[in-house]
Formats: sequence, C-alpha cells, structure tokens
Amino acid sequence: MRLLLEKRSEHSHTMVYLSPVIAIGLTLVTGAIIFAFDGLNPLEALYVYFLEPLKYLWTFAPDDLWSLEQLAVKAAPLALIGAGLSVSYLANVWNIGAEGQLTAGAIFGSAIPVMFPEWQSPLTLVLMLVFGVLGGMAWASIPAFLKNRFGASEILTSLMLVYVAGLLLDWLVRGPWRDPGGHNFPQTIAFSDWQLLPSFDGTLHIGTLFAVIAAAALTVLMGRSLKGFEIRVLGASPRAGRFAGFSRKGAVWFCFMLSGGLAGLAGISEVMSTVGQLQPSISPGYGFTAIIVAFLGRLNPIGALVAALALAISYLGGEAAQVSLQISDKIAKVFQGILLFYILACDSMILYRPRLIFNRAPAAVPAE
Amino acid sequence: MQDHGELLSIILTIITASTPLLLAAIGELVVERSGVLNLGVEGMMAVGAVCGFGTALIFGPYVGIFAAIAAGVLLSLLFAFLTLSLVSNQVATGLALTLLGLGISGLIGVGYVGQPGAKLAHIYIPLLSDIPWLGPIFFGQDVLVYFSLALTAAVGYVLFRTKLGLVIRAVGDSHQSAHALGYGVIPVRYACVAFGGGCAGLAGGYLSMAYTPQWVENMTAGRGWIALALVVFASWLPKRVAIGAYLFGMVSILGLAVQTKGLGIPSQLLTSLPYIVTIVALVIISGNRALTRANTPACLGQPFVPDR
Amino acid sequence: MEKEFKMKKWIVAAAALAVGVGLLTASASAAKLKACWLYVGPVGDGGYTYQHDLGRKEVEKELGDKVETKYLENVAEGPDAERAIERFAREGCKIVFTTSFGFMDATIKVAKKYPKVFFEHATGYKQAKNVATYNARFYEGRYVMGEIAAKMSKTGVAGYIVSFPIPEVVMGINSFMLGAQSVNPNFKVKIVWVNSWYDPGKESDAAKVLFGQGADIMVQHTDSTAPLQIAQEQGKLGFGQSSDMIKFAPKAQLTANTDSWGGYYVQEVKKVLAGTWKSQDTWGGMAQGMVVLSPFTNMPDAVKAMAEKSVADIKAGTLLPFAGPITKQDGTVVGEKGKSLSDKDLNSMNWYVKGIDDKLPQ
Repeated sequence: MRLLLEKRSEHSHTMVYLSPVIAIGLTLVTGAIIFAFDGLNPLEALYVYFLEPLKYLWTFAPDDLWSLEQLAVKAAPLALIGAGLSVSYLANVWNIGAEGQLTAGAIFGSAIPVMFPEWQSPLTLVLMLVFGVLGGMAWASIPAFLKNRFGASEILTSLMLVYVAGLLLDWLVRGPWRDPGGHNFPQTIAFSDWQLLPSFDGTLHIGTLFAVIAAAALTVLMGRSLKGFEIRVLGASPRAGRFAGFSRKGAVWFCFMLSGGLAGLAGISEVMSTVGQLQPSISPGYGFTAIIVAFLGRLNPIGALVAALALAISYLGGEAAQVSLQISDKIAKVFQGILLFYILACDSMILYRPRLIFNRAPAAVPAE
Repeated sequence: MQDHGELLSIILTIITASTPLLLAAIGELVVERSGVLNLGVEGMMAVGAVCGFGTALIFGPYVGIFAAIAAGVLLSLLFAFLTLSLVSNQVATGLALTLLGLGISGLIGVGYVGQPGAKLAHIYIPLLSDIPWLGPIFFGQDVLVYFSLALTAAVGYVLFRTKLGLVIRAVGDSHQSAHALGYGVIPVRYACVAFGGGCAGLAGGYLSMAYTPQWVENMTAGRGWIALALVVFASWLPKRVAIGAYLFGMVSILGLAVQTKGLGIPSQLLTSLPYIVTIVALVIISGNRALTRANTPACLGQPFVPDR
Repeated sequence: MEKEFKMKKWIVAAAALAVGVGLLTASASAAKLKACWLYVGPVGDGGYTYQHDLGRKEVEKELGDKVETKYLENVAEGPDAERAIERFAREGCKIVFTTSFGFMDATIKVAKKYPKVFFEHATGYKQAKNVATYNARFYEGRYVMGEIAAKMSKTGVAGYIVSFPIPEVVMGINSFMLGAQSVNPNFKVKIVWVNSWYDPGKESDAAKVLFGQGADIMVQHTDSTAPLQIAQEQGKLGFGQSSDMIKFAPKAQLTANTDSWGGYYVQEVKKVLAGTWKSQDTWGGMAQGMVVLSPFTNMPDAVKAMAEKSVADIKAGTLLPFAGPITKQDGTVVGEKGKSLSDKDLNSMNWYVKGIDDKLPQ
C-alpha cells in the first residue's frame, strides 16, 4: 500500500478554505491528547488555550477586552512583517532576515530621540517612523545588493545580518547611546510624548492600524497593479517573466525594500509603544515568526493578517495556560510546531488529491 | 592533561568548535545535493543533543551517539514525509521543524538539567599521542573528530566517484530526467534527508557529550543555522565544507583570544566577526559564477510529484 | 469564571480604588494567596532562573497550605514583559516577583495600574509605593574568591569569563581583584566577554583559550557549568556561579558563589500574608543568607581557614570588600579610609580598579 498524490487540474477551491479548518481540527485533537497525557482536562486546557483570549467576542464584558487588545498588539508586528514577506516569497525572493531589518529600523528611528531628547513635536513622531522604515530598507539593501551583484544567497546573507544587527544594537545601548542617568544599565533614555505612538486607551496603539493599512495596500498592489502582476509572473515562472521584459533584479530590489521597510516600521513601532526605549532585546523573534505567518497566510497580505492573529492567539493562549494550568512553555512551542505541520500537510490537498494505492506499481510518467 | 602553549591550545579549541559544524553541514550538503532544503537543522541538533545526553547517562557516550543519530533521523523523517510525500513547502516545513525540535528537546530534557553528563573520552595511543604538538592534534582527539573528517572524505567519494552519488546528484539537478530514467526520486530523497537528520542529530550529540557534557535548553545556540550557511559557502563541495567549518571555528576562537590582549576592540564586533566573515566568504564564492552554477543543485527546494 | 471577591484587611485602606481595579485583580477562586514569578530564561537553565525557581519552590514547601505559586518562564525583556506582568495582576496574584533587570520599566508601569498588587523587582533601581526592589551582594562572595584564587594560583593569573558589562558584573570583577590583590598585589586577570548569559559551547571555548594563555584558575559570570568542566578536564581550578556546580567538577571547584533567594521569598510572602508588606530596597549579602559560598573544596586547610575567616568577617561587617581608598585603573582614588563605597556608587560602577589590564567596554 502506498500514498500517491495526484495533481489536481486546478486549485481545489473547497480545500483552500477547508484546509485550515481540518488542520485546526487535527491540532485540537492532538492537543487534547497531549493535555490528557499531562493529566489535564483536555477541554478546559483547549478552552484556555484558544478561546479565552477571544472571550470578549461573546461576553462583551469590559474586563475581557484586555485580552483582545493584547492580541491585536501582539499580532500587529507579525502581520506587518508577514505581509511584506508574503510578497517577497511570492516572487521567490527569500528574505529570512526580517528580524535584523526590524532591529535596524528600531535603531535608525531611535537615533532621533537619543540625539535630540528635547525635541518634541508631531514631526518627531513622523520622522521617527520614516527613519524606522529607512533603517529597515538600508539593512535589507545589503542582501539585495549582494544577491544582484554577486549572486550571494539572500537566505544566508540576510540571516547572518540578523546577528550583526543584534550585536550592533547591543553595542549602542551599552556604549554610546546609554542613558546617562540610567546607572550604567544597558538602555537608552525612556521616550516620551511625541516620541511614542499615540494610543487609544493605554494598550491599543496606532501601530496596530499600520498592519491593517499595509495588508490592504499590499492586497491592492498585488491584485490591481502591474507591479503585482510582474511579481507573480516572476515568481511563478522566471522564464516567462524574462520574456515579458520584467527584470529579475528589479524584483529582488523591490521585494527587499518592501519587506525590509515594513520590518523596520514594525521595529520602530514596537520601540515607540510596548518597549518605550531602546534596549538589548526589543523583539521576541517577530522577524522569524513572521516567516511562519507569511506561509500560514498563504503568501497573501490579508491572509498574513489572519495568520498573525492565529499565532498571537497561540502565544497568548500559551501564556494563559502556563499561568492558570501550569502547562510548560515548552508544550506551547511543540503545539505551534504541530499546528504548522498540520496546516502545511493539509495545504497540499489544495493542489493535490491524495490516493491510497494498493499493490499496484505506478506508471513512471513525469509530472507536467 | 599537560599544559599546552597558547597557540596549541587555540588550535585544539578550534578543532572541537568546528567539529559539530562540520558534522551538521556535511549531512545537510547531501540533503541539498538531492534537491531538498531542510532548514530544520537546529531543531534536529537540539533533539539529538538531549536524546544522546539522556542515553549516555545510562549506557555511556558510545551508545549515546547512536541515540543522537536515531533521534535526528526520526525527526528528519517527519520532515521528509511532509515535504516529499505531502509536497509541503520545504522552507516553511523546515522552520516548523526547528520550532518543534527546540520545544520537544526542552520537554524531554526537563529532568536532565543540572546533571553532569558522560563525556566522550579523547583517544590515547601510546607514544604517538605523546609526540609534542603533533600528538595532541593528530592522535589525541575524541573519535568523532576523526569520524567527521572521514565522513567528509567518504561523502566526497560517494558523491563524485560512485553510481550512487551520480544518482543523488541527478535527482537534485533534474528530478524529471532522473525520474524518466527510472530512478526513484522520492526514495533517494527520503534516504538523503534521513542521512542529513542523522548527521544533525550526531552534531547535537557532539555538543552534549563531547563539547560540553551537559544539557541545557537551547544549547545549540544557532549552530544549526551556521551549518546551513556553510553548505552554500562551500558551494556544495564536501572539501570546502570542511575548510569552511574550520575557518568559522578559527574566526570565533581567535575573536575570544584577541580580547585578552587589551586592544579595546568592542567585544560585540569580535562576536559578530564570524557572521561578517561568512557573508564576505559567500560573496566571494558566489561571485565566481561558473563555479556556483556548476555545483548548485538545480532543483534545490522544488517539489516533485510523479504523475500517477 | 466565578468572581469571589475576598477583601483582605490591608485592602480596606484602598477601598476607593478597589472599586475600579478590584474587578480586574480579584478573580481568584481559591482562598490561597497567589504569589507569582516572572522569569527571563527557562527554569531549566541550571543557573540564574533555576535558582529563582528553587526559591519559588521553597515558598511552596514552606507555605504551601496558604500560598499558591505561579510562574511564566522564557519571557523576553521587551514587548512581552508588560503584558505578562499585567496578566499576573489580572489573574489575582497578590505579589509578583519580576526577576530580571529588563523588566524594570514594565513593572513600574503595571504597578501604577494595579495599586493593590505588590511587586518586587530584582536588580533594578526604580521603586514605587507598591514596588520593592531586591538584589544580592554577589560581590561579597567574589572578594573571598579573589583571595582564594591568589593563594591557589601558581601562575598568578586568573581567567575571567563574563557576559555583559553591566554594573553588577563590573562590581564582581573589581571585588574579585581587590580580594586577590589583598593576598598577591601583582595578581593578574584576563577577561573575555562572551556576550551571552549562557552558551556552554562558547564559554568552554573561552575557558580553553584562557587556560592556554597561562591562566590556571577560572572565574565566570556566566551561567553554564562548561568552564568548570574544562578546568576539571585540564587539571586546573575554578569557581561555580549561581548554583553549586561541584557535581560537574568535583576536582576543580574551589567554591561556588550561589544565589539563595528562597529565604527572602518566604519572608516577603509571609509579610504579605501578615499584611505588613512595605516597599523597600533590599540588598542582602552573606549576612542575610542571600549570598552563600558553597563548601570550600580542593584547597589546603590553611586557605580554607582564611576563606572561612573572611566570610565570617564579611558577615560581621568588619571586612568591607569595597573599603576606601581604592585606586581606579586611571590612577584616581575614590572612597574614604575604612568606609565602603556607597551603594549608589556600587550600583552604577563603570570603572576598573588598578591592576586590571583589560579596557572596560564603554
């Protein structure tokens, strides 16, 4: 007996929507088994994990709004970076170093309050954001340049630059940019007023809007513009792209600038909201998690938004489960891995029809 | 162990620091030669490290080695099933594997924290190991150091001098033609992925049983990613993987050694040197287009589905 | 979720505020007091976080019938910190220990929102009405380690593996050096920064390099046992850090500078139970039992006696590691004779004492 995949003549539209549902169902079942093994009530554990963060949606209790807001705040950087990476991966440009671009954006943007701590005006805020975007772009331009000029694998150069950015940040906050009044601890001065993003009610800040705007803008770009068409053609078939006169190098530059700029924006937004100053660690790996987000979202900017929310739930749920049920944070990690595996596996049903073959040698005919 | 001079001890340190990188990279090289990109090296190393450590506590390090390999193979087969049988995206699946591996290793290792492990002994050959300088370098390491070098040579031989190697490279360069010629693309890739998983598991085991005989979470500390970079750096040639691993080890160790000289170079700069050197090396190697094109597996990362 | 609002005596004073925040903080269903810990690393790091978690377990053991403990591990300093702390407050924790420096501003922010919850932040310097700070005088142990090193070393050179140049680490290097100089004025130390709190591989590399450069005693301000294991392997000596590492290096460990938080945690939680908790700055050392040197091993009796005497003197307050005058690396002199440098000076230390050849990263 063997498993054989049959290529569908076209994408299965049912499966596009059904696949995540099946995956989540399977994850829930697996999760329930894991929890049961751990001696927990599986239903209670699953509730804490996946539903409690969303409780506000059916209770409308002001008390429950907190979780929902935290969810939005947590999902925002993931969605922002994930949207940029979606476009990039669609064009077969493998930017794995968004974490470094995020760090660079945070550094560039923070240069303003660090060097001119007294300067307070709406312009400060705007300039910081602009510098953040530019910082991300500048960092992303290195792998883009090396790819186009020397053909160096962007997967690895962008990844190596993550470490370099982290160490640069470390050096800055421990050295030249250290808060003179901060007892020599590694952090810059705390940002204030116009150096921070305005927030709606203390938790939810306008940075969350950036994610929504970016997703909408990129959807329009990919669906309605020539650039979007160009990216999709180059990604699907570089040869066809060449015939159409699209430049591969141009696409590499475009994708790195876009994804790097968005990562930089995410970085400076985090510094200007949840962190409030520059310090050695400003991101719990958002740039890497966003890679997962991009894939879960099926390389679609709106999809990335949804996927970012799903991942944020698994983070917050994992945290809640640790506190209220003493579920180890390792289980949370395993859980995310399993969820991802199921989704990836179910995704292949979109393109292929699985079939179990009993004792019959398949004819050796190449695909396509 | 007797005192070594500064230079000799630096050389010996470089050898131990480079060995796990070489082990993981040579495995990944075979995987990529067959056209599969497995980014989960870090996760497989972590699981190899914890399983090797746990087994070594009971049965000693030599049995531990096999447990580490088995754990790596097992995890890689999961990756193989998803990417080869279910044709999922290799980049995403590899990243998921890393996540899963780090999580599982932490879960398995809860009881091992704070326990001294069993260490893989250095070999000792009477007379030979006592030769000043040459003795400790060539006849005084642990077995895995020699094994990693022998494995590199063997992989080089098999890939370029045997039929098997030809098949692996054919599968990686053009799966359609290989399939048309009647070679089992999927079985070959399964085998290569399993081999890579075993090597990654072994590299992890080296960390927890030879390098630093202990278990702590995240003890792989990014070495799996370095191994991935080394494969490209080596332009998929085994000899160069060895050179790259040792070069990387050298730069990181020299970065530590230079610090005590009181030059006032920021330690962050020294720590980032290996990464910068890797980038520069990648640029130099990739700049040589003829060489890269000749060796890059053309089907790297591409899915393959035989039609019926 | 049932909301059983238990009013403790000490809450009554803040009853007005309780209306607003009470709903948020008091969702606890059990009658037990909730004490919560926030960790920056995994509890399985075998070092810093592990020691804090031992402290938490001691609270469970001592007060398990009255107290329920909770923790969050692996919380990165940064965007997640504030949410994690606030989650504790919302879950009904009455006292929250945030155990890493980087949680400082987040702790202060959340404390403002939840005035009835008590917070304790380790190693920081910002206090509030409901935020206390606590730390241990690790440098006391390091002074004694310096004395032992100078006695035991044949080459007169120690290797020193360090993580990050924060005041606490710099303080440790200086204290170690002052202790060593009190025995051997020409004692030397070679310093390597590994830019990580724990990376066993890198720490062992650094240890090997330092031994190769002539050091014969290893000191570390990183968390893994790797440097000690290397010392054991090469027949050299070394000191444990954070926890007793004798199991890893029975022939090499001279002593270990261990953090012992349990006593402090039990005491603070008891205060909450009794309603006597107040914000304060605790910086306890050997005398308070927060810094404990593990048994002296692998050294002659004379050295052991010296070390034991120093420990007793430090506990009695007659030996002050940072007693003036102290000559800095640049030749300037600080401190008054017979008096220790002030806590404020210690807590922002960014200079080396004379005799250290390294350049402090600025």
